[in-house]
Amino acid sequence: MLRILHQIFKVGTITEPLAASNQFELLGSQLNAAIKQQFQGSLAIRLVDAGSCNGCELEIHAANNAYYDIERFGVHFTASPRFADMLLVTGPVSINMKTALEMTYDAMPAPKLVLGMGDCAANCGVFGKDNYAIAGNVSDIIPVDSIVHGCPPTPTDLIQGILATLQS
Amino acid sequence: MTALSNTWFAERLGDHAIHSQYLEDHHPTHMPCLEIRRLDWAHAAEEAKRLDMRLVAVWATEAGKHDVDAEGKRALYTYMAFAHPEHRHALLRTELSAENPEIHSISNHYISASRMERNIQDLFGIHVIDTPDNRQWLKHEHWPEDAYGLRHTFDSKTPLLSDPERAAIDYEYVPCDSECAYEIPVGPVHAGIIEPGHFRFIAVGEKILNMEERLGYVHKGIERAMKGRTVSEGLKLAARVSGDSTVGHAWAFAQACEYAANIQIPSRASYLRGVLCERERIANHIGDIGAICNDAAFAFMHIQCSRLREDMARLNKGIFGHRLLMDSLIIGGVAHDISPIMCQKIIQQTRDIADEVERLRDIYADTPSIQQRVIGAGIVSIDDAKDIGLLGFAGRASGHYPDERIEEAYAPYDELDIAIPEGKLGGVSTRVWVRFEEIAHASRMIIAWLENLPKGDIQTPWIAPEAGISGFASIESWRGEIAVWARFGANEKIDRYFVRDPSAINWLGLELAVRTVPVPDFPLVNKSFNCSYSGNDL
Repeated sequence: MLRILHQIFKVGTITEPLAASNQFELLGSQLNAAIKQQFQGSLAIRLVDAGSCNGCELEIHAANNAYYDIERFGVHFTASPRFADMLLVTGPVSINMKTALEMTYDAMPAPKLVLGMGDCAANCGVFGKDNYAIAGNVSDIIPVDSIVHGCPPTPTDLIQGILATLQS
Repeated sequence: MTALSNTWFAERLGDHAIHSQYLEDHHPTHMPCLEIRRLDWAHAAEEAKRLDMRLVAVWATEAGKHDVDAEGKRALYTYMAFAHPEHRHALLRTELSAENPEIHSISNHYISASRMERNIQDLFGIHVIDTPDNRQWLKHEHWPEDAYGLRHTFDSKTPLLSDPERAAIDYEYVPCDSECAYEIPVGPVHAGIIEPGHFRFIAVGEKILNMEERLGYVHKGIERAMKGRTVSEGLKLAARVSGDSTVGHAWAFAQACEYAANIQIPSRASYLRGVLCERERIANHIGDIGAICNDAAFAFMHIQCSRLREDMARLNKGIFGHRLLMDSLIIGGVAHDISPIMCQKIIQQTRDIADEVERLRDIYADTPSIQQRVIGAGIVSIDDAKDIGLLGFAGRASGHYPDERIEEAYAPYDELDIAIPEGKLGGVSTRVWVRFEEIAHASRMIIAWLENLPKGDIQTPWIAPEAGISGFASIESWRGEIAVWARFGANEKIDRYFVRDPSAINWLGLELAVRTVPVPDFPLVNKSFNCSYSGNDL
């Protein structure tokens, strides 16, 4: 236990402070305000991987690490679409995931915000639209509020995307 | 790397009256491709098993456009690849009858062939005779019956529409008639931030009797999408077969192409590839160790590990231009050279992280709450591991030690003395132990390479091989061996790309590991394997 405490105090707080000129932090404070105003301080996101290579998932995990700590802005990832405010979709939509994506979307309550994450969600990326196994990009399957580009988008891009979705 | 032709397997087959012919249009010669008669197919697999060879992969292909016969028909071939710890890889090929394409199953000798044979049925319509499992795998039930994604006659450019009459067909899971047992269906959309797949548990009380995987949800037609790409376009796609092993997949693809074209990359480039691949190994192991601990509610480790992982991602971005190292390899070399200052930065970070990990390891080992969860959980026995040919760190935890860095000894690993951690107990704790050991070994390798980084170019000019030439490569990614077979077609384009991610085999290990494990321990065991869905589904 002492060693755990020692390690915790040695590392200290690494979460980057809100006041810094850092782009992420500026975005964070805007996001914080938007979530307070629209969702009473808590935005629940359900992630659906509709066919990604898992690169986007790694960056979503990174957004939850101690540096970015996306949860301090009120964003948290939920296990069920039933209480999700936002659907985050990664990857091109594979023909085998199309039904599962539609069902998840249908299971959500209003306002059913949808954010497409990554170049694949935007335009099927390197896998291509002219591909038998891909039903289309996310907006071909369900209504999309905004898209964040990148392969994969960085945690900062993701925050920006979530903010843009709230402002849309 | 040796230029000598490897005739060992051909001679062994000859001992058992299996005639084989060496194919000239396949490279490299130390991993030869032999043509055998179709009648000998299953017999050859039986002999390979007797020779203690490991099954690498089974796949099929059509003859390329350049290879069409006089009547305009294309021959169909099936391939299988085996590996022997001392005698390395050997490929076997046989031609199928065009009218009635069928091949004998080898699943009775190698159970890991079963899903690959189902893929051959699904994507080529080749009938596999005597297969123990005839269900569809990547081709889900809603696909039209005559849709065979990898046949040239199939329209691969338009999204496949579901057949409404087939949409209601259910996959036939292994049934259980007992009144005491109950089923738990999970997925394809899982509760966390992970990829999609379906697990069907049959449980008695709290214990799992059987867990069956149903994958293929993220099938993206990667093999077909590769057709007609140039090597540099192809490399971008190969780097996204599985995002967490982007370096491994890019390297395997690049190496198969480089073997086919018979070009050798500069040693500075191969050292840098080694650094990239080992950094990927460290980052993934650290991330997974944290996630395993998190699944057992030891959040401290998770927070610390994800911090270290982020430190690596940030330095990756600064030096190699991408947080996950995507597109850091190019055909013939690497994309970014590094200055002596950058070199020092990487060495320094590698040392720091290795020290931090050792400190965390002590804490992990001394915390009873996590130890009680991981010790003895999710065991794959040595026999089972050998039987299915379990790969990478999962194999190394279960007494099966295939490591291409030693067996294939491609540059830059040929110049190092590589120690591999030899686990035997095969549980979650052993897999974590192997991962900790590998972080330490990988750190030493990175430092050794960077301290002796040769001067020179970082790229060899690319000269495409002639149409019909194929290359095979096997790279030890962080998860295990990635095998790639690539054939060139006309106009310097890729004609056929086959890739076998280690997950295609290690998913079977997970099924074995969770038997008799309590249901709540499943996430823990699953995370200790961390198989790729995308790499399996392609």
